[in-house]
Amino acid sequence: MFGFEHLLSVLIFLPLAGAGFILVIPGDDEIAMRNARRTALFASSFTFLISLFLWFGFDPGTADFQFVERTEWIPNYNISYALGVDGISVLFVLLTTLLTPLCVLASWTSIKTRVKEFMVAFLILETMMVGMFAALDIVVFYIFFEAVLIPMFLIIGVWGGKRRVYASYKLFLYTLTGSVLMLVAILVMYLQAGTTDIPTLMATRFDPSLQIWLWLAFFASFAVKIPMWPVHTWLPDAHVEAPTAGSVILAGVLLKFGGYGFLRFSLPMFPDASVYFTPLIFGLSIVAVVYTSLVALVQLDMKKLIAYSSIAHMGFVTAGTFSMTVEGIEGAIFQMLSHGVVASALFLCVGVIYDRMHTREISAYGGLVHKMPSYAMVFMLFMMASVGLPGTGGFVGEFLVLVGLFKANTWVAGFILLGVILSAAYMLYMYRRVVFGPLEKDAVKKMLDMNSREILVFAPLVVLTLWMGIYPTSFLDFMHVSVNNLLSQIQLALDASNAALVAGQ
Amino acid sequence: MAEVPNIAPVLPEIFLALAGMTLLMLGVFQKTTTADGVVQASRLTTGLGVLTLFLTVLLVFTVSGDKRIAFDGLFVSDPFATFVKVLILIASGLSLVLAQNWLERQNAHRFEFSILMIFAVLGMMMMVSAGNLLSLYMGLELQSLALYVLAAFHRDDIRSTEAGLKYFVLGALASGFLLYGSSLIYGFSGTTDFATIATTIGAQDSTPMGLIVGLVFVMAGLSFKVSAVPFHMWTPDVYEGAPTPVTAFFSVAPKVAALALFIRVMVGPFGDLVTEWQQVVVVISVLSMLLGSFAAIAQMNVKRMMAYSSIGHVGYALIGLAVGNEGGVMAVLVYLSIYVFMNIGTFACILGMRRSDRHVENISELAGLAKTHPGMAAALAVFMFSMAGIPPLAGFFGKFYIFLAAVDAQLYTLAIIGVLASVVSAYYYLRVIKVMYFDEPGVEPLEMPLPRSITAVLAFTTLVIVLFILVLAPVTNWATAAAASLF
Repeated sequence: MFGFEHLLSVLIFLPLAGAGFILVIPGDDEIAMRNARRTALFASSFTFLISLFLWFGFDPGTADFQFVERTEWIPNYNISYALGVDGISVLFVLLTTLLTPLCVLASWTSIKTRVKEFMVAFLILETMMVGMFAALDIVVFYIFFEAVLIPMFLIIGVWGGKRRVYASYKLFLYTLTGSVLMLVAILVMYLQAGTTDIPTLMATRFDPSLQIWLWLAFFASFAVKIPMWPVHTWLPDAHVEAPTAGSVILAGVLLKFGGYGFLRFSLPMFPDASVYFTPLIFGLSIVAVVYTSLVALVQLDMKKLIAYSSIAHMGFVTAGTFSMTVEGIEGAIFQMLSHGVVASALFLCVGVIYDRMHTREISAYGGLVHKMPSYAMVFMLFMMASVGLPGTGGFVGEFLVLVGLFKANTWVAGFILLGVILSAAYMLYMYRRVVFGPLEKDAVKKMLDMNSREILVFAPLVVLTLWMGIYPTSFLDFMHVSVNNLLSQIQLALDASNAALVAGQ
Repeated sequence: MAEVPNIAPVLPEIFLALAGMTLLMLGVFQKTTTADGVVQASRLTTGLGVLTLFLTVLLVFTVSGDKRIAFDGLFVSDPFATFVKVLILIASGLSLVLAQNWLERQNAHRFEFSILMIFAVLGMMMMVSAGNLLSLYMGLELQSLALYVLAAFHRDDIRSTEAGLKYFVLGALASGFLLYGSSLIYGFSGTTDFATIATTIGAQDSTPMGLIVGLVFVMAGLSFKVSAVPFHMWTPDVYEGAPTPVTAFFSVAPKVAALALFIRVMVGPFGDLVTEWQQVVVVISVLSMLLGSFAAIAQMNVKRMMAYSSIGHVGYALIGLAVGNEGGVMAVLVYLSIYVFMNIGTFACILGMRRSDRHVENISELAGLAKTHPGMAAALAVFMFSMAGIPPLAGFFGKFYIFLAAVDAQLYTLAIIGVLASVVSAYYYLRVIKVMYFDEPGVEPLEMPLPRSITAVLAFTTLVIVLFILVLAPVTNWATAAAASLF
């Protein structure tokens, strides 16, 4: 290692320092706004550059947590401020630090009011998200997990669309209801195990009958966050009303909280309950994939369509996670990462034309390819990636998940497969209506192609999408050892409880 | 030769009583014939009042330490009492700082205000140090009488006098309950001393029915003082009617004192009857949380909303009492310390709500505050998120310890009802934020800039709530030590 003992803390608190700096910028005029934008961009880009040390310094050959730091926080209660990353979480940290500067860039001109507050909220959001993925103490994890709600509530409510108040309330109350139940479960686990240290809790064997309850409480939180059918209804509302950058971070990072939570808590800490509830997860995932894909087909609003497609893609993630095979879990993580890139890019694509026309109605567009050829190109790439075309990041994740599912349960794989076909249907249908067709509408005729700032936002995402599709190994290598270790731990735990069951009979 | 009573543990109270009387004399001999003189007199007593409260905090620290008894057990000074007294004094000091500006602007300044407050604080300090049913009642009445007058302090305002009268009548009823219960307890145990009651109960095989009935009456009286459901009816009306700085004071100091007294009476003399009273406390707690959460949703007046909010908070604190062990009491102490700062801060914001030279109290008046008063809006948003229990703000940790204690005592249902009620309460706290941040400003913005005293209190309380996460360990340790002294 390079001796970066406090690398993760730096990543967490650097954006916060940037936010503090923006707060002390005096004035409310154009200059103050520009300074706020620049400070935010600088802070978040700098954070991203530092986070690259994680990429190069991470040792993929071990399943242990790396870059670990630990400070006593509430010694009486054995709770400490502990951070660290393993093969499962490291890429999510990088995804977060990558997307935040892009979001700041994307809202450069589209956010015109209260720029300072927006940038502060966004940087605080980054702090919370990085902290969530890096936390190695379950109380610290919970604090970051729930604190995300504060900036997100404000971002949607202040800078959102017409029904922003409804959407922000719905997001807040849905997720809060899930998380408070998880809090009770965390307290139970703490009192059982006497520690809040995540690695120790992973090694703790909870009584299988208690596991059922704990699993359900965590499920209440993660299912809302991912989101799974039938608690997904907050997502389309939130996506539609949020400003572009809000949608990007929502799709790119916040939805991954749930998938990450399943991998970090539900599977390793409650293996018996996870096996017990696998049919439930499979059933809900199938409904999510098929039903939300069908709903996406009939959407008139582009953002809503992409929101429903996100739910369908997350159905792949949950199904892959609970297939409990190496391929399925790696596919799920990969799918989350590629969805983080692709769905973010799709929302940015919508943002580009929304900034020009101020409508997201599909019917308001048509024939864009004539006026915006490079936009049409970029949009097509991400559309294809979302469909899962080989050569793009979307393909690898879906393929691996399906391989894992075929191993676990052929019927489930068959149903999930329907999602691949349906996603092609709704995405292509939308693309045809927006980009192709005759150029008839006057407003569309006046539109200009992307400017250099917009191209700068898309460039890294294009590169990443192709990279993930063409050479996925560079990403899969990170997670391989950790996933294998996770599965062998689960197997050990299951064997032990089976042995206990046999001995008891 | 008669033995000289050991008055060392009572020094802070003696000092406070003497200072209160001195201030009264000082006030009386001020020239109050001219309008200017009245202002001078009230400023003088307020300034000296704040100083007195501050000095009393220092005195409380000097006599803290081990458990010490004075006046044959009537008065107990232990770390628990120290913790609560410091909290009460801080809360009262901050309320007094907030009050002066309001009184002057409402033309309701009179030098008696700070003196009444000092006597109320004296009563509260007697309450938390009570070691006997008689000293309990004495402290409680000293506090209540001063508070009745304070509620009606704005004597030209019909709502204020109405609030004072309501509070007096219902408060007297509650005191009646308490006295009746005390007399039953005395009748069936033969003593009013807490320690002796405990040994008497411990020595008996079965508890006499009359004692239980007396206990229930005492609990009813105390529930009234902490405004727990079903004895909460007076709270919204008194909170709304009383002058705002008095409401700010009501919502913190007397509540802290009454809850501390509740704890002392329950785990002290009646500690062995925990199975008897636990179910009662659980019911009161659940009802308070639910009513506090649901009834506040419909409120338009911010003071009424805060009244229901405080009922809800008492419900959470009572979870800690229902647990009835060290962990529970410690959780209540942490919860109350956080609650004091959140509430004072919120009321500082409410006191800042002025338009065209009069105070406004509707939540809708806050519309667009984030644009016109960004600092005040941010502070109020911090308090609201904190009250809703969202980390990393202080309010979360209060709830965290409370639920931890409940889960530890295997009161799972209580914990789950508690967390779900906190989600419901989040709804109305969010509404305040929504009005401030999402709505457009009204025709005329609220008055600005804020008076300096309000700004100072706001800045201080906001810092405490945001940075509480850093001082969690020492506060926890102190509260743990304080709670341990009761068992």
